[in-house]
Amino acid sequence: QDCTFFTRKEILRLHGRYYEMAPNVVPMDYTRDPDVKLPMQLIINMPELKENPFKERIVESFSEDGEGSLSFNDFVDMFSVLSEMAPRELKAIYAFKIYDFNTDNFICKADLEKTLNKLTREELTAEEITLVCEKVIEEADMDGDGKLGFADFENMISKAPDFLSTFHIRI
Amino acid sequence: KDKEEDKSKEEDSCSQQNRTSRRKNCQNKNGDGKKAGEEGSRQRGKKAPTKDQRESENKERKTNKKEKEGENKQKKDRKNSTSSASSDSSGEESLSEEELAMLMEQVEQKKKLISTMRSKPWRMVKKLSVLREAQAFVEKFEGALGKGKGKKLYAYKMIMAKKWVKFKRDFDNFKTQCIPWEMKIKEVESHFGSSVASYFIFLRWMYGVNLVLFGLIFGLVIIPEVLMGMPYGSMPRKTVPRAEQATAMDFSVLWDFEGYIKYSALFYGYYNNQRTIGWLKYRLPMAYFMVGISVFGYSLMVVIRSMARNANQSTADGDDDNFIFSWKMFTSWDYLIGNPETADNKFASITTSFKESIVDEQESNKDENIHLRRFLRVLANVLIICCLCGSGYLIYFVVKRSQTFSKMQNVGWYERNEVEIVMSLLGMFCPPLFETIAALENYHPRIGLKWQLGRIFALFLGNLYTFLLALMDDVNEKLAEEDAVKNITHWMLLGHHNSSAGNSSTATPPPLDPADVPRGPCWETTVGIEFVRLTVSDILVTYITILVGDFIRACFVRFVNYCWCWDLEAGFPSYAEFDISGNVLGLVFNQGMIWMGSFYAPGLVGINVLRLLTSMYFQCWAVMSSNVPHERVFKASKSNNFYMGLLLLILFLSLLPVAYTIMSLPPSFDCGPFSGKKRMYDVIQETIELDFPAFVAKIFSYVANPGLIIPAILLMVLAIYYLNAVSEAYQRANAELKKKMQMQREEEKNKRNKAATPNPMLQDLEDILTPNTKSESQPKQAEDKKTESPTRISPAGKQGNTTALDRSPVTGGRGAAYTLPPHVFTTQPPPMGVWAPYPGQPRPRGHPLGPFPGRGRGRPRY
Repeated sequence: QDCTFFTRKEILRLHGRYYEMAPNVVPMDYTRDPDVKLPMQLIINMPELKENPFKERIVESFSEDGEGSLSFNDFVDMFSVLSEMAPRELKAIYAFKIYDFNTDNFICKADLEKTLNKLTREELTAEEITLVCEKVIEEADMDGDGKLGFADFENMISKAPDFLSTFHIRI
Repeated sequence: KDKEEDKSKEEDSCSQQNRTSRRKNCQNKNGDGKKAGEEGSRQRGKKAPTKDQRESENKERKTNKKEKEGENKQKKDRKNSTSSASSDSSGEESLSEEELAMLMEQVEQKKKLISTMRSKPWRMVKKLSVLREAQAFVEKFEGALGKGKGKKLYAYKMIMAKKWVKFKRDFDNFKTQCIPWEMKIKEVESHFGSSVASYFIFLRWMYGVNLVLFGLIFGLVIIPEVLMGMPYGSMPRKTVPRAEQATAMDFSVLWDFEGYIKYSALFYGYYNNQRTIGWLKYRLPMAYFMVGISVFGYSLMVVIRSMARNANQSTADGDDDNFIFSWKMFTSWDYLIGNPETADNKFASITTSFKESIVDEQESNKDENIHLRRFLRVLANVLIICCLCGSGYLIYFVVKRSQTFSKMQNVGWYERNEVEIVMSLLGMFCPPLFETIAALENYHPRIGLKWQLGRIFALFLGNLYTFLLALMDDVNEKLAEEDAVKNITHWMLLGHHNSSAGNSSTATPPPLDPADVPRGPCWETTVGIEFVRLTVSDILVTYITILVGDFIRACFVRFVNYCWCWDLEAGFPSYAEFDISGNVLGLVFNQGMIWMGSFYAPGLVGINVLRLLTSMYFQCWAVMSSNVPHERVFKASKSNNFYMGLLLLILFLSLLPVAYTIMSLPPSFDCGPFSGKKRMYDVIQETIELDFPAFVAKIFSYVANPGLIIPAILLMVLAIYYLNAVSEAYQRANAELKKKMQMQREEEKNKRNKAATPNPMLQDLEDILTPNTKSESQPKQAEDKKTESPTRISPAGKQGNTTALDRSPVTGGRGAAYTLPPHVFTTQPPPMGVWAPYPGQPRPRGHPLGPFPGRGRGRPRY
């Protein structure tokens, strides 16, 4: 309970969900610390994540190996960060990770384009995309290096009015 | 200074740690840790302890297996303490006083770590292990701390504190479970996004307010009257008149509120004007009056308080329009959405919003054909004002007509309910009409929505006030009629009196059956009945609209779609959207009627509570079963205060007529708690005169003097003016500060252009960002390495950073001060001149401008 924002009951429920996805792999009993991981394919099919355009990124950023398979710890961690009670700073860190597609610790133009394409299902024209990306970088980039570092990102996100309300998942 | 203290403390703790862990690990420690402990303690205060922690905890982890996180803290503690109890018992015997104090500090620190653990961006495994270690540490040394005289007391205190924490946690869990309909609203929210849920939250809030009002009225007025007042049939005002008795039990009573219901405690007329009732000497008229006032007082207070809270929140967020595109990019996706249709809509709305702002951006300056647009807007407003006037006149006309109907006998169902039907129809058809007209104006949708809300509100309000004016006419008529009846009854009683006086000298009034006594029309009850009827018909219309407009339509579209010539789901009828603005306005309007009517019909609040309760379930069901989510995104957080503003306005407007009637209309002479008095507020004077000592009455008469009231009002006006001026000044200062911040930002931009800023925060991040590919395949024993490797890397990265820092002196000092958030301190050393300890590390000599702070250099270590 100290590590997450969940109550005991909620964690048990989470475990129920986790168990449901692969009943034959996941043991019910966690007292002996089994080393079980579920592949990304199973997890992104959860109804909570299914519609999310960034589902692969979410799962990848929370998985320990970066490949997308989640142990139960990671699973709980993921929903803890995405829960309502998590503070803004914590959420910002993970949001940055999620939007950083090529994991180079910067959100560069390519990342922005990918984000935009996922958000709009590639319905914008190429000029529009470049325009938007340029605008974003112009707005948020403080150090003028043409991409967003974490400081830029945090600065920007800390002022966003609906970041907290939109960046969470109920489970 | 702070840092120095920190350093010395850490040094001590470091050696302490070394001692214990050495004993524990039995020379298992590698040279690295020792070196860190000895060398690093001077320069890099924090690193060493954490390293030792890691090692000792690795050791521990082998002994006690990983548990599930859900398990109780206590359980964990117990396990940990069993494992560590054996090792520490001998070592702590020789602790001196200052060591104790130091330990105390350390324990406190660990506790702080535990409490902030959940907001650390670490991997779960790391979190778990650090947590367990810290808990074990606290557990172990808490016992040691109490070595002195107060050991037992200390232990007891600790146990109690732990129990208290657990209790608080349980209580919190309990509290979240107690919030009504939380799950239901969450379900709706997850399907329809936060905007629809905001309506249900508003509804829930409304329900809470009404529940309080209901408690007030029922507890203080209705229940005392029912328990202690005179029973039904004992006096004329509590009896159905002879002429109506035949139809008093008809089924239509339920709809009309005539018959027995009219003469029940639900309405004003039933109450007696006896000063005190029952053995408690409960002053019912006084209570009635005070409750009537406190209903308004409480509502005003609640609305204003929640408005102020909302305003605080919205200003705290701060509205910066610097980041339009960035926010759209990173925060527009609502992670709650779990429904494919909602997701489709969300994609569409995001796309359109992007397109919109692109167009805004491109055409922010040029605006062609402004004259046509202006003309269209004026035209639209004229049209809408015409509509409003028309609807107002229609209602006035209908109410007038209904007055003539009410004098006639044998009127049909339609004639009797014409007013309600017309009002409901207007409420149903005018908003879409307005929407059509508003299409002419071509406003931005958000502004358009506000206009639309304002217009519908004006329509409702106009209707309500026309209704009230007509009612007032009615009341005046009734008052005239009442005078006549009063004379008749007076003469009748007098006649009886005279005749009896003629027969015998004993003046006993004749036993007249209470049902036969002629009585006045009792305008208060009439008004109450009007309001109750209006409310009930409003409820029915709302429910039927939902049932027909949403449910039947959805069924039709869903099932007839199989055999129809065009696609019903995508084409013309399609599914209904949930109309947030209409529903909220309906709720607000309804509440205004409740406020107005509750003085004349105390039972109205009960009806409203039932209505809100049922509509909570009914609308939840309807939304989930037959609605589709919106295409237009409606931000709930911002417009919440708009709703509250409407609520406040309607509260004020509904206060006016009630206050008018209380202050300047004479109450009916033969019904209600104030009968026989000239004005309703006389009841206060009466109470003051009869129940309080004389000097209180004197004080009140002084206070009520205009000479005192006018200065008081003046003073209030002045205070308002002053506060207003102050808030304006604050606003200006705020704007000034914002401007300054903007300038600073520009400056920063320019400065940063010189050099890349390293960010120690990234070190924390790095832990997560670097995919730890090896770890999965490695067996369990390798965990030592796994947990160690990130820490071994971070000093390296740190060093790189500080080198970069020192290379660019322009940003060096500021960068360090600026980029060190407080919680980093617990794990990371402050980046102060670290040069020596790792000479072997590759230094970023060539390019201090390099964009990457640490990871690139850290990588070769893997």
